Amino acid sequence: MSKIKIGVLAVQGDVTENFLATMASMSELGIDGTVIQVKTLEQISTLDGLIIPGGESTVIGQMSLVNGAINKIKEKIESGMPVFGICAGMVFLSKNSQDKVVGNTDQPLLNILDVKIERNSFGRQKDSFEANISMEPIGISSFNGVFIRAPSVSETGSGVEILAKFNEKIVAVKQGNVLATAFHPELTKDISLHKSFVKLVENQS
Amino acid sequence: MIPLSGDIPGAKGTICEKIDSNSIVRGTSTLKRGFAHMLKNGVVMDVTTVEQAQIAEEAGAVSVMVLDKLPSDVRKAGGVARTASIRIIEEIMDHVTIPVMAKCRIGHMYEAKVLDETNVDMIDESEVLTPADEYHHIWKWDYTTPFVNGARSLAEALRRIEEGAAMIRTKGEPGTGNVAEAIYHIKKVNEELRAIKSIYDSDDKQDLVRMAREFKVSYDLVEETAKIGRLPVVNFAAGGIATPADAAYLMSLGCDGIFVGSGIFKAEDAQERARAVVLATTFWEEPDKVKDAQKMIDERQSLLGLDVKNLELKMQDRGSTV
Repeated sequence: MSKIKIGVLAVQGDVTENFLATMASMSELGIDGTVIQVKTLEQISTLDGLIIPGGESTVIGQMSLVNGAINKIKEKIESGMPVFGICAGMVFLSKNSQDKVVGNTDQPLLNILDVKIERNSFGRQKDSFEANISMEPIGISSFNGVFIRAPSVSETGSGVEILAKFNEKIVAVKQGNVLATAFHPELTKDISLHKSFVKLVENQS
Repeated sequence: MIPLSGDIPGAKGTICEKIDSNSIVRGTSTLKRGFAHMLKNGVVMDVTTVEQAQIAEEAGAVSVMVLDKLPSDVRKAGGVARTASIRIIEEIMDHVTIPVMAKCRIGHMYEAKVLDETNVDMIDESEVLTPADEYHHIWKWDYTTPFVNGARSLAEALRRIEEGAAMIRTKGEPGTGNVAEAIYHIKKVNEELRAIKSIYDSDDKQDLVRMAREFKVSYDLVEETAKIGRLPVVNFAAGGIATPADAAYLMSLGCDGIFVGSGIFKAEDAQERARAVVLATTFWEEPDKVKDAQKMIDERQSLLGLDVKNLELKMQDRGSTV
């Protein structure tokens, strides 16, 4: 089997934390591969898997439009590349997103994940919280969910599997090769979610 | 995971609650510092109105900072500069989806409490406003809302972190359009970090103790910082940034992002300039893109700027020295 290459989209947000969590996951799983921070089309086109990190979805979207990265990412995901979107990354992957307070925004989206997103769903920063999350469908029974001005999924299409809910709100989903969480596994010590993404990438390539 | 050096578990600002049958916790260092991590590689823009906040958001700002007056106007107006009108802050919070920050005076516990109650996303305890307490900074562990503080040296940065700051901005000289002080301070902090890292690497505990005494902070915080060789919280550059090239230069010095004060909305081409500064910050490693960004602005429309050597008021010196 060839070495896998996972990229972390390095436009804006907590890129380093995802980079380190993915490196640690590969080494713990004993998988031979590389992790790189990506921004250009050339870098993105070489990937076997991509992580879209937390940050501001409006900024990640707008800046990905500037160099055309948005189209390259879409093309790669549609041809089967696994992707893991975290918080802003989840918003960016979605087909539809509305802000809880401001309502409709015309922010650029990848239009891949068949869900409707409510941005800032749990409130502002002061309402940000940590809580225990269970993701039984992917074998993670207990996970410390770090929710920072987090979105949630308000509607799901037919091909979308719900991985976790918190207080009736959907906070983790999977649609084929697309994994998305409203919370930030990269801010905690627990790398089990990054490990399951690395395994997904390995099984695909 | 992110560094939690200096964390005080069970601080007053950390709140445990039950929602239905779920236990949750708010205001932890992971949440406060984590919020700042989400801003990385972004531009925080000073704004005074809803219209400016919307221009900032459309340009790709990662957050806006609400002030009553932009720093260069604070400088001109003189008098006492205080926290912005709450009504304007709330109006801005209702009109943009990105995080909204606001400034309080150094040491002014109740301006901070008012901003905490207003639900701003981050509070800047800032020397741009007139200090309310010349001897103390706010004990930021008492608040659920995260704080950002300015620093001119590693010692100042670590003292603010020890008081609970979740983010640092290395200071420049606000409202001058002159980036020289921002560059000086980030280079100074970088040098000091390299120095303590090398002490750590040579396993000289006695010298680390000496540094902790000199910095007037706890040994543990110095040791943990020396070990990772960078500030344990996100660090942005601030003060005097006026052009895309200024922004790109500061990013190249290792800043996690930048704050732009008067540089955008005191320029005559604010809308274009806001966009250009964001582009240069995002693509600072690609000089051709920085050039394209710089081309979007007209130097004749930049904030005229001030020579930092002949200032009547040096904002960066304000507030307690310990």
